[in-house]
Amino acid sequence: MNEPKPMSDNAPVSPERRRFIGAATATAAGLTLVPGVMLIEVAHGRPDDQAASSAVRWGMLVDANQCATGCDDCVTACSTENGWTPVAESTHPTQAPQWIRKLELQDPLTQMETNLPMMCQHCAEPPCVDVCPTGASFKRADGIVLVNRHTCIGCRYCMMACPYKARSLVHESLNDTQKADVPRGIGCVESCTFCVQKVDRGDGTTACVEACTAAGHNALVFGDMNDPESEISKRLRELPTKQVRADLNLNLGVRYHGI
Amino acid sequence: MTRLLMVGAIVLTTAAVAWAGMEDDDEPRSGRVPRPVITEPIKGERCVEDEAYMRRNHMKLLDHHRDETVLRGIRTKKYSLKECINCHASEKTGSVATAKEDFCVSCHSYAAVRIDCFDCHSTKPQGPIAKYPPSAEPTHYKHEIDGGAQ
Ligand code: SF4
Ligand code: SF4
Repeated sequence: MNEPKPMSDNAPVSPERRRFIGAATATAAGLTLVPGVMLIEVAHGRPDDQAASSAVRWGMLVDANQCATGCDDCVTACSTENGWTPVAESTHPTQAPQWIRKLELQDPLTQMETNLPMMCQHCAEPPCVDVCPTGASFKRADGIVLVNRHTCIGCRYCMMACPYKARSLVHESLNDTQKADVPRGIGCVESCTFCVQKVDRGDGTTACVEACTAAGHNALVFGDMNDPESEISKRLRELPTKQVRADLNLNLGVRYHGI
Repeated sequence: MTRLLMVGAIVLTTAAVAWAGMEDDDEPRSGRVPRPVITEPIKGERCVEDEAYMRRNHMKLLDHHRDETVLRGIRTKKYSLKECINCHASEKTGSVATAKEDFCVSCHSYAAVRIDCFDCHSTKPQGPIAKYPPSAEPTHYKHEIDGGAQ
């Protein structure tokens, strides 16, 4: 990612990459946006030894108008990427971990249906962090809210505090079924990590977004909300979006359009 | 009283059987003391630090590195548990902690130190073990060369 291909290269590129190339070329063309360039590099090719930076705030835009009835590709992709058992296959479905859920809502008056995925909203002011007695629930510099399983005692206060029901406790031993990149285990609380392993690798996207795009629904956009040139920032500027339970004033990292 | 005696007898018998079992299995040993089996890593010729240093201090390095990784997102490979596993997973089981002779378990049961790393962490490298052939270039070498440490 550090050496952008010239614009003339016609190889298929992802929108993320195209945007990056576009921005880099524009800069090379004479705009001396040195801090801007830094920002882009931080966002998409952070070296292994560099800590996550507060110059970046990862976020997601969900376009509920595009989210298809009956589709749960984002949920499947999340469970595959992060190694949690899909609820339908779980031996104890009522207590099975769920990092992302597909909701199909209907307005009782008008019968209008709304589809949307619901997951950790990566609050800028996360109640789950406020209540954690051990400091295990924490917000990383780049806005991703995580559980440090080394210090989580499984008290589940955070599950109670989260207004979005985003967190689950792992009730059962996972017997070495975890992914090498995604440690998780019995007695600890977990939730959506914005695919932190992918973000740190420089993928600049999440498994659910990839799946939604691959299915042609394009209902999800992931990116750096602090970078005015990122696709998500541009879309957020153009589209009216809402935060779920905006009244709580938590400044969410996930914004919904069409709800 | 008879019951107590019986329990005592059972305990003694069990201990004797266990002792006999230890005599029987063919673990390498010096004298009568069973020693841990230390299998050769599946790739690389030496560890990121001295073997003697690693035996005493690997947990400190791992503890420090885990905080850096989880809290700050620093993902250097040198002291990463994932890289330990990539090198030390057994060719037989593909794991560092499944069978009795696997790298982590072998020493830890010898030292009677129970670890819970693998309640959460996978004991296997990502993908098939063949992905890491014995002569594959170890990532931490590159790291060291780049860092100019050697
Ligand atoms: S949505 Fe819930 S789990 Fe996620 S940051 Fe907010 S309070 Fe925490
Ligand atoms: S369950 Fe874990 S992360 Fe949640 S509040 Fe308790 S200690 Fe903190």
